[in-house]
Amino acid sequence: MAEIRNFTLNFGPQHPAAHGVLRLVLEMDGEVIQKADPHIGLLHRATEKLAETKPFNQSIGYMDRLDYVSMMCSEHAYVMAIEKLLGIEAPLRAQYIRVMFDEITRILNHLMWLGSHGLDIGAMTVFLYCFREREDLMDCYEAVSGTRMHATYYRPGGVYRDLPEQMPQFQPSPWRKDKELKRLNERRSGSLLDFIEDFTDRFPACVDEYETLLTDNRIWKQRTVGIGVVSPERALALGFTGPMLRGSGLAWDLRKKQPYDGYGKMDFDIPVGVNGDCYDRYLVRIEELRQSNRIIRQCVDWLRANPGPVMLADHKVTPPSREDMKGDMEALIHHFKLFTEGYTVPAGEAYAAVEAPKGEFGIWLVSDGANKPYRLKCRAPGFAHLAAMDEMVAGHMLADVVAVIGTMDIVFGEIDR
Amino acid sequence: MSRIESLAVAIEARLGARVRRLPSLPSELAFEVGPAQLTDVCLVLRDDPEFAFEQLVDLAGIDYLHHGQSEWRTLSATGSGFSRGVSRRAAPGDGASGDRFAVTSHLLSVSRNQRLRLRCPCIGDEPPMVDSLVDVWPSANWFEREAFDLFGIVFRGHPDLRRILTDYGFIGHPFRKDFPLSGHVEVRYDPEKERVVYEPVSIEPRVVVPKVIREDNRYQPILREVPDRG
Repeated sequence: MAEIRNFTLNFGPQHPAAHGVLRLVLEMDGEVIQKADPHIGLLHRATEKLAETKPFNQSIGYMDRLDYVSMMCSEHAYVMAIEKLLGIEAPLRAQYIRVMFDEITRILNHLMWLGSHGLDIGAMTVFLYCFREREDLMDCYEAVSGTRMHATYYRPGGVYRDLPEQMPQFQPSPWRKDKELKRLNERRSGSLLDFIEDFTDRFPACVDEYETLLTDNRIWKQRTVGIGVVSPERALALGFTGPMLRGSGLAWDLRKKQPYDGYGKMDFDIPVGVNGDCYDRYLVRIEELRQSNRIIRQCVDWLRANPGPVMLADHKVTPPSREDMKGDMEALIHHFKLFTEGYTVPAGEAYAAVEAPKGEFGIWLVSDGANKPYRLKCRAPGFAHLAAMDEMVAGHMLADVVAVIGTMDIVFGEIDR
Repeated sequence: MSRIESLAVAIEARLGARVRRLPSLPSELAFEVGPAQLTDVCLVLRDDPEFAFEQLVDLAGIDYLHHGQSEWRTLSATGSGFSRGVSRRAAPGDGASGDRFAVTSHLLSVSRNQRLRLRCPCIGDEPPMVDSLVDVWPSANWFEREAFDLFGIVFRGHPDLRRILTDYGFIGHPFRKDFPLSGHVEVRYDPEKERVVYEPVSIEPRVVVPKVIREDNRYQPILREVPDRG
């Protein structure tokens, strides 16, 4: 009689359901996973080491490239760590802008997650719907920073510039009919805040659309209910944060529990799951979309009523205006020093954590008083989540691996750093 | 008394001489623990209901080799003017001091909503060693693999201490301060051998912006005392 043995299956690193470059070595007993060994690091760029060789401000752009679907949240943690060490605080308007863009980022991230998670386990349409709304939010990124993804918009001491008064419009081109152009530009006739407000009016109906496609969908439930169950105690021990922890029933959200910047003034709820399976984590994230929308709306109302500076006037840290530089010698010197040597940060250590869409994104910054970080450590939420891969998929079928990868909301930019 | 101060007092009362308070920002709390007491202290911090640090949020290595050394002297100019900031630093120490590497853990108590930073210096330098925390917090597993990979810190008792971020067959520990930014080897496709070959790097190491440490009096009141390190 033939001997029956486990066999090893190699999944990835180039696999459409691996969300980037994940190589999984799976030990299979028939179609059941016995052991999963993720091999990561295929996207390792040594971001932390690179940051140690550059003045502080030059690494903000690297933060965008860590978690490349929740760009501004990573920037936020980095900028907050520097601000903590410098002992400065951004002006109130800048804090509200940060909160607003953090939440826009959260929606961007969750839409990307929802679309790709759906696509992985067999729902094509929701992907197209999600990307429709993502397009509008990326236009907000573009309006405020000039780029659609890697914004480099937050700076120690505020944000780089105020919100634009005019939302950029589509220009006539031979490939776009006048009627289509008019339709596209209709929502863009006002300021950025008008555009975002219009978005917040439309968005809850869009979330209803996604829910119509998935929440009660029989196939969706068969693929997610009871898959990858994590108990709350285990979730804590494994270092889970964000929706992964809330899906297991713990109401832990840094925005509420350890509020940073303007979050203390916002009114929103923390959704929690009950069973700790993929379906609960889906429901948590869907509700977070609605709550983020609420926060954005509150920010829009506040920002309309309260104009003001968005950057500190301390020119040892923030650049002076171009106008000042033309006539003021001191402003010119400040500008020169900032853009050649940068500013020095007092010696010490700081840990700044934000509630990124995926969980707690933390920056541990050690300075020895120089113009560059001595040590920078990015605490990526996905790193801890992926470490629990073995535990979450053991005993499940091969097809469930894809559902678990999806529910973890894995992005390799931040895991490999 | 603030919550942080009362936590500090409670930890000092419970753990006594096993921990030493480190200077930190007023909003944070940091302690140092000797490598011999690390596991015991962590078990107390996790299990004592007064602390209840259920979660290890982060664990990272650090290499203090060049701590406090600037690449550009700013206080005094030499006869030939300021240096260009490209000179190589002094060779690393004799390696016997034993305080080059440390492991820093960030603990979080979800039930009590408080954080703690715990630094533990490593025993020895080649290789630096410290006890593994996997048995205390399972999340330490990959964080310790990362610190081993990047700094060469060996965690005693770790069940599966393999490299994690660097390439298969990588030599060296890239986040050590004496490891050059451009690395030691580069790869290219060799059409004659019809495979990818490794070669010594052709890039000349250079400093684009020199590291400068400036005495800045404006920042003195932020820290409660002048930190001896970190």
